[in-house]
Amino acid sequence: MAQQEIEMILYRHLASHLQTPVFLIDTEGKLVFFNEPAEPILGRRFAETGTMSAAELSSIFKVTDLDGNPMESDELPLAIALAERRPANQRLWILGLDNVRRCIESTALPIIGQADRFLGAVAFFWELDL
Amino acid sequence: MMQITLWGTRGSLAAPGPETNRYGGNTSCVGVEGPEGTLLVLDAGTGIRRLNASLPKTLRRVDVLLTHLHLDHIQGLGFFGPLRQPGYEVHIWGPAGTSLSLRERLSRYLSPPLFPVYIRDMTSSIVLHEVATDNFEIGEFKISSALVGHYDPTLGFRIETAGKSVTYLPDHEPALGTKDFSAGPEWTSGYALAAGVDFLIHDAQYTPVEYEMRMGWGHSSIPQSFQFAGLSEAKHFVPFHHDPNHSDNELDRLFKQQIRSMKPAFKVTPAAEGMVFKTD
Repeated sequence: MAQQEIEMILYRHLASHLQTPVFLIDTEGKLVFFNEPAEPILGRRFAETGTMSAAELSSIFKVTDLDGNPMESDELPLAIALAERRPANQRLWILGLDNVRRCIESTALPIIGQADRFLGAVAFFWELDL
Repeated sequence: MMQITLWGTRGSLAAPGPETNRYGGNTSCVGVEGPEGTLLVLDAGTGIRRLNASLPKTLRRVDVLLTHLHLDHIQGLGFFGPLRQPGYEVHIWGPAGTSLSLRERLSRYLSPPLFPVYIRDMTSSIVLHEVATDNFEIGEFKISSALVGHYDPTLGFRIETAGKSVTYLPDHEPALGTKDFSAGPEWTSGYALAAGVDFLIHDAQYTPVEYEMRMGWGHSSIPQSFQFAGLSEAKHFVPFHHDPNHSDNELDRLFKQQIRSMKPAFKVTPAAEGMVFKTD
């Protein structure tokens, strides 16, 4: 059985204790974990879906910037953190599977483990009351 | 045949005294000898002093595998005989730090005022190897290492030879942030190292009550360690890294109680200093 690295395990444990929605992706962009507060955003429960490929993940959301312009999946903070290995932050509108439009502030960070191991990225979401 | 000798089984702080005579008071050190005579020394706690006397006179290379650099795992290093013997090759394998190299971090201990001799003044030939999640070979041994859940960069090791295996996870808190390992094996620290292993030497430092007060300190309670052994399907479990405040009588009571309540399907032998395990 594949084994997650300790940094990913600790991120998952941390996320499972947070009230803030958190997405955790691996180096391939696969969504390997999202916590309970993130479930309304995705409109799915992690216990039911398990992991999700990058393609599947990007098909779930309709994302626009604050001016209503559509955004490509590679423009999103999580994709930037993964591709460019740098933090990224953005306010945007998300239309999730539950058909609710939410204004979100998303901050994503690359996960660089001990001995400079690149392991994936994590995104924190904050729903804005606009 | 692989021979595993427990030279130090105590956690955190050496605890010599009449009340700890049977399980032993020396800190972590385990010798693993392979069928072709290769010797691995797992951690360099105070137990390494007695290992010195057992070294074959003809041995000219020894490999020390450090799980991490907390003092109870390296305090004996300065007293390791081969380090001061010209012509000896000492390979030290350990985790890289997040900013300092293994040499820099070891030098913090092996230098005044903590120790009178600098690492550079040791007269053997010292070769340092930084490892993280890796696979490597030493003599007849195949070794897998992985970073595991403990405070500060910490490795676990799985050692295999001639179809037999031992996993060494002396300081390990796989239960941190989870309940009953409910996320499953993939998300359990150390699982891949321990899966199906013949001998599992694993942290079993606290009682459940002590764990509640010391959650996040990087250690397991005795019930958690048994659960981990069960999850990993280890064949023979050796609870290790006993708390320095636990007397022999207390450890007898705790392990007896745990075995009675869990009825594990695997063999259990609580680690005691001087114990020797041999694979068939």
